Amino acid sequence: MTPKIKDTEKTTVGIVRTHYHTFDSIALECGETLGPVTVAYETYGELNEQKSNALLVLHALTGDANAAGTHEGLNNAGWWDSMIGPGKALDTRRYFVICSNVLGGCRGTTGPSSINPETGKPFGLDFPAISINDMVDLQKMLIESLGIDKLLSVVGGSMGGMQALSWLARYPEKIRSAITIATALRHSPQQIAFNEAGRQAVMADPNWNSGCYYNGPAPDRGLAVARMIGHITYMSSASMAEKFGRLKKEKARPTKFAADFEVEGYLHYRSDQFVKRFDANSYLYITKAVDNFDVTEGKPLHDMLHGVKASALIIAFRSDWLYPASQSKEILKACRLAGVEATYCEVDSDYGHDAFLLEVDEETHLISHFLKKIS
Amino acid sequence: MKNNLDSIRADHRIILEMIETGSSVLDLGCGNGELLSLLIREKAATGHGIEIDEKAIYQCVARGVAVSHGDIDTGLSDYRSRSFDYVILNQSLQQVIHVDSVLQDALRVGRSVIVGFPNFAYYKSRLQIFFCGRTPVTGAMPFQWFETPNLHFLSITDFVQYCAGRGINISKAVYLGEKRGLKFFPNLFAQTAIFVLSRKDYPDPG
Repeated sequence: MTPKIKDTEKTTVGIVRTHYHTFDSIALECGETLGPVTVAYETYGELNEQKSNALLVLHALTGDANAAGTHEGLNNAGWWDSMIGPGKALDTRRYFVICSNVLGGCRGTTGPSSINPETGKPFGLDFPAISINDMVDLQKMLIESLGIDKLLSVVGGSMGGMQALSWLARYPEKIRSAITIATALRHSPQQIAFNEAGRQAVMADPNWNSGCYYNGPAPDRGLAVARMIGHITYMSSASMAEKFGRLKKEKARPTKFAADFEVEGYLHYRSDQFVKRFDANSYLYITKAVDNFDVTEGKPLHDMLHGVKASALIIAFRSDWLYPASQSKEILKACRLAGVEATYCEVDSDYGHDAFLLEVDEETHLISHFLKKIS
Repeated sequence: MKNNLDSIRADHRIILEMIETGSSVLDLGCGNGELLSLLIREKAATGHGIEIDEKAIYQCVARGVAVSHGDIDTGLSDYRSRSFDYVILNQSLQQVIHVDSVLQDALRVGRSVIVGFPNFAYYKSRLQIFFCGRTPVTGAMPFQWFETPNLHFLSITDFVQYCAGRGINISKAVYLGEKRGLKFFPNLFAQTAIFVLSRKDYPDPG
């Protein structure tokens, strides 16, 4: 017996665990074949008999399969726990929610830190170049292995939004809708530039050793600097001023260049946490995949979604300067030119790019009503 | 459904009657989506709205109306010509900055354009100006001068002459007094006018 929950009551999906599925191989866009390939994924809620209530959640740059709930013995809830669960935007009493770790990742899905079957050692730079479309192809294989022919929706922010766009443009018959949040049809030179600075920070760390570091110390300092650059771009000037001001930490300064401003301490703390859970080579491969992504594939915008029947919900945030609203309006334009039914909302938020993880009320309203309409 | 039609705003009811069943409709300045959801429900229309106010966007989404957040002045250029059967500018044309370009784009994107606006030459407005020396506040223009969203103040005669000068074909005109429709001396007695427009160089579909 499931306990009765009021419609407005929001609860958690509780204790969850990651599942793994291994495929013989996957053909990559670069022309190479990678195999065997394992995908880590989690599911929440129940798949209905018609298999028509499945939602695929697509994580951003450094996310993982644990989108909601907590793992046994751990405290941290999944990266989108505020949005997935009974009574939440992705209501697990209605929908079957799937989230998988991307190809090239380091959180259970095959990536550069996985063992290369040919050598018995981690791939490192022998791992083939991967693309956003390859990530989507692996997701499609997973969905098919779960017996699902058509997804109710694909939902993602930032890099996850790019995957949603790839689904919409390449497999529109496999989805009924796509929800893109704070994302772009392709990266601008500015976005590529920030990623390149991050990659150079990783590669400048002597521990990186051309990607061959799995038997020794990892390039943690380089990866931490890359993550700091990332965090700076995820916040707005206003949200930083609000959160940190020019406050200094109380402790006396042990050295001249210690991190004595609050904002410095924040960057250090967040990046130190990050390097414990993330592989530097994965960071290189995935950021490169993001930079190379162009859902238009060089075609004019009006050809991109030609004949697509799925509908779209496009969400942007006013203070997001990394993925500015103008990029989401380009997605809207592509939909308009193709006659794809699209709803677009530019949420007035001060949180910058981080808003997509923080503006829960607005996103919940938009997404829950959108899903109710199409389901 | 007939019972709740009585509670529908008079201008919405007129627009409802103008639109054929199964039409595609673009509502510019759709507000909370009330008109669009009415057209979807009563006329099996496929609809889309454009609205500048974020709160109104959330109301549209809650109604199940597809809407995009943005201003009308720049929002139309993305659409291909003749993407919609009707483009509606109800109580919004007087609030856009560039009337000419918005109307031309609306006439390009829609086969017909429905424009509804408050008539500035309504007799009560004239009386308020003439006898009180005040900027008029009426049922159709309920705002004080310091809070009005209206940028343009036009009369029915102004609009008819404008259309003639721009080669815009008026295929239908409906005038609303305080309580009901009227036919005589609309520029004096109508509070609100609703026109169906099409471009002269395209055949009138209606």
